[in-house]
Amino acid sequence: MEHYINLILKAVFVENMALAFFLGMCTFLAISKKIEAATGLGIAVIVVLTVTVPVNNLLFNTILREGALDWAGLPNVDLSFLGLLAYIGVIAAIVQIMEMVLDKYIPALYAALGVFLPLITVNCAILGASLFMVERDYTFGESVVYGFGAGLGWALAIVALAGIREKLKYSDVPDGLRGLGITFITVGLMSLGFMSFSGISL
Amino acid sequence: MAGESAKQVLFEPIFSNNPIALQILGICSALAVTTSMSVSIVMSLAVIAVTGFSSLAVSLVRTQIPGSIRIIVQMTIIASLVIVVDQVLKAYAYEISKQLSVFVGLIITNCIVMGRAEGFAMNNTPGMSFLDGIGNGLGYSIILLFVAFFRELLGAGSLFGVTLLSPVNEGGWYVTNGLLLLPPSAFFIIGLAIWALRTWKPEQVEEEDFKMSAHKVKEAF
Repeated sequence: MEHYINLILKAVFVENMALAFFLGMCTFLAISKKIEAATGLGIAVIVVLTVTVPVNNLLFNTILREGALDWAGLPNVDLSFLGLLAYIGVIAAIVQIMEMVLDKYIPALYAALGVFLPLITVNCAILGASLFMVERDYTFGESVVYGFGAGLGWALAIVALAGIREKLKYSDVPDGLRGLGITFITVGLMSLGFMSFSGISL
Repeated sequence: MAGESAKQVLFEPIFSNNPIALQILGICSALAVTTSMSVSIVMSLAVIAVTGFSSLAVSLVRTQIPGSIRIIVQMTIIASLVIVVDQVLKAYAYEISKQLSVFVGLIITNCIVMGRAEGFAMNNTPGMSFLDGIGNGLGYSIILLFVAFFRELLGAGSLFGVTLLSPVNEGGWYVTNGLLLLPPSAFFIIGLAIWALRTWKPEQVEEEDFKMSAHKVKEAF
């Protein structure tokens, strides 16, 4: 159990997707002007990551990994080079399915997530988490925990940035820095703050 | 669509319409790989190759793609190209491909590639699309190399792994700035680069959300 808590702690704070690995930056900067929108996107990312990372983990371990096709009588086949194509396909498919399921059964949540769901397919944080999962060789249990933790960390970062930017609107920023420039510097300072978590483990 | 406009398509994205500084695209992978020049150069070449050829391929099949599934078709083309690049890197530059780790794979979700395929290649001829892809790849590379230059020179005192400023802990005189090798510095450098670029080209400055009213002195009596 402690191992899993440790993994979550690491995924949320120490290896924060947005602030330590710069993943999902495009949406991170584009959709962080309002707290409400940022919260919606954050929740969508948590949900999608918690589903896609374990699914990709299963896919990798049962089909793509070297020797994984043993059960089909093909012990020497190594399909890991197809990984990238498979993961992005899985992500696109799951996002699409999720959209339809939510629309049918939980319309309130669907309305809240709105335009953010389709955007998520091209969010690097989602693909990045799957690739990290493969690189670090997580087990199925670990991949569930990691997916959730990584999503939570990303959501936390974007909501925090949106909060800062809402206040920043009223400040007098030098002309050239206005908008994108000052946002970068703000994110840099946040990233500096998050670095103080490094080395923490249970 | 002769000489002049081809040149425009190629060079416009480098400064006037830079994908990172102005369009906020593709920052995801731009920052993590910039701690050293050689890694950034390899990453830049990979991105230029992928944007160029994916735009070309998408443009070639643009009249055959049904509108409703175009995203998935573009995604497949891009992913296949990235797999090729990844395999080439693993075969010929194994050390660097280890350092780039997941970031080669992440070129797939690099918004520049998708953005150019969707925004330009779908409506233009293959030749122009190819140039546009290369141009945007170059615009991305310029920022990448700019950031990497400062991070490696000031953070480790070297360029391309060759020591230029001999660091203190090896008996030299230069006190290395360790912060520049850490993630936050990339944000600062890009922020400052955008500031410099927008001072040089003021038409890129964004509108203010609120206009500050002029200072008025109220008479006390």
